Amino acid sequence: MSAPYGLMAEFASADALLAAARRAREAGYARTEAYSPFPIEGMAEAIGFEKTRVPLATLVAGIAGGVGGFFLQWYTAVIDYPENIGGRPLNSWPEFIPVTFETTVLFAAFAAAIAMLAANGLPRLRHPVFEVREFDLATRNRFFLCIPARDPRFDAAPVRRFLEALEPMRVMEVPA
Amino acid sequence: MSSQLLNPRWGYASISDKIADIVLHRPVHWIWALGFIVSGAFSAMFFGLMGYLFLKGVGVWGVNIPVAWGFAIGNFVWWIGIGHAGTFISAFLLLLRQKWRNSINRFAEAMTLFAAGIAGIWPILHLGRPWFAYWLLPYPDIMKLWPQWRSPLVWDIFAISTYLLVSLLFWYMGLIPDLATLRDRASSRTKQVVYGLFALGWRGEARHWKRFEIAYLLVAGLAAPLVISVHSVVSLDFAIGNTPGYHSTIFPPYFVAGALFSGFAMVLVLAIPMRKFFGLEDFITMHHLDNAAKIMLATELILAYGYLAEIFTGFYSGDKYEIAITVNRFVGPYAPVYWTLFALNIFIPQLLWFRRIRRSLPALFILGILINIGMWMERFMIVVSSLNRDFLPSSWGLFIPTWVDWSMLAGSIGFFVFLFLLFIRALPAISIFEMREIAAEERQ
Repeated sequence: MSAPYGLMAEFASADALLAAARRAREAGYARTEAYSPFPIEGMAEAIGFEKTRVPLATLVAGIAGGVGGFFLQWYTAVIDYPENIGGRPLNSWPEFIPVTFETTVLFAAFAAAIAMLAANGLPRLRHPVFEVREFDLATRNRFFLCIPARDPRFDAAPVRRFLEALEPMRVMEVPA
Repeated sequence: MSSQLLNPRWGYASISDKIADIVLHRPVHWIWALGFIVSGAFSAMFFGLMGYLFLKGVGVWGVNIPVAWGFAIGNFVWWIGIGHAGTFISAFLLLLRQKWRNSINRFAEAMTLFAAGIAGIWPILHLGRPWFAYWLLPYPDIMKLWPQWRSPLVWDIFAISTYLLVSLLFWYMGLIPDLATLRDRASSRTKQVVYGLFALGWRGEARHWKRFEIAYLLVAGLAAPLVISVHSVVSLDFAIGNTPGYHSTIFPPYFVAGALFSGFAMVLVLAIPMRKFFGLEDFITMHHLDNAAKIMLATELILAYGYLAEIFTGFYSGDKYEIAITVNRFVGPYAPVYWTLFALNIFIPQLLWFRRIRRSLPALFILGILINIGMWMERFMIVVSSLNRDFLPSSWGLFIPTWVDWSMLAGSIGFFVFLFLLFIRALPAISIFEMREIAAEERQ
């Protein structure tokens, strides 16, 4: 049998998981994963996750959408298909604002969603944690802390002792 | 405050099971089946009449010169307005940290999608040559033509399609964690696979939640100005033209207020039977309905201001055409519509000042229906009354709807109900993970 994906402990409450995640960080585990059925305030900080580039991607795409939308209108109305309507200016930029606004929002919103999924590595239908039978409850009412084998400080026996000291409902091995 | 939102006897597991089992395990009830068949028949009529319209042309409607904008445009404005409440609830109330939105946002967003989708059909039907609808899009065609960017009709297609796409995205994002719940709870293989595919392998990891929350908040922040922009752009379809009665700067705020007003009325019309039928009274409480009724009252007052400002500026302009159209609304051929909409949208909703009315289910349900009728009449009045008398008496004319006009309106309502009934059975009508968050707060 190959090395497992990691070891997993199951908890009954959000507070227990939060406390366990903090203890794991104090103990030096840097890759701890915490699974919960709803977002828990402070959990990301507890496992040491702070930086996300989702807002940056949204900003960049929003600017690109706005500039692109305006350029499309400017280029088509001024360069490619100029229409002289009573001598009015071709670059009638105030009239281009509604579409510019819409393309900005469209690009930014889709970038936010796509960046979120991409950074999360989703879609990924198959993942080792799903092999644990109890993990079905991670989307219902149970909270799981997983210390993966790729954590630099991972060593099966001490990790198991560490998790058991947290007084979880049970400790399970996640097969690879 | 928060204890009004959720009875403390509900925990994470019972909330999840209650909402998920409506979809997964509840057998089909005969009332649902009857509604499904009836609304399905209306939907079939809607699409059948579309075929008739395409075969015969727009002459099957009552539209003609001078009233070339009839039911199709009125229905379009009405439906898109109904959609607004869903985005308002999900985006604005999220940004304002109004926790009571958590149990009503999901089905209100579904309502938005269906209403906006149906709204989008009408302008295309109205085109006369609907198979050329794609000419509105900018693409390098062999005729070397580009859209006229200075036209509100082109703004409209961008506004509506962006609104539809962003609403769909927002709704789907919120659904991902709940689809994972359905995947993990489903007992049949087919359901596991179908919900599992759409859940994209969501596992609820802390980093994922963090990015999810940030992205959700960002999309909400983007959807909030979007919802204001959509009906503003729709109103510019009218306000940019110089037709008396259309050419008014009050139109954008007045349209947006009317949209929210009719949308919240529709939320009540959908929520009251739904919570009763599925036993969701503990999640959609009287407190929620009361809050929705208060927002209705507030938007109704803005709308009343819009009506009065329209009358005032009509006379104040000193323009004889503007004055004539205002008087024509009071006493002209469509005066009964005008006064009825005043009664339904302005006078009767004043009942919402009373707490007893805001806390009475039958009263709210009836008010919701009356307000939707009143708002439909308002859209009709705006579209038709200005066109039937413009500058030249020689080009005056009446619009009289035909049986096709009425049947297509009824068919579109049937199609809306049909989609909503399907939604309730296929997806969780209340956001499960956001209800768990409320339960978590209750415990502290």
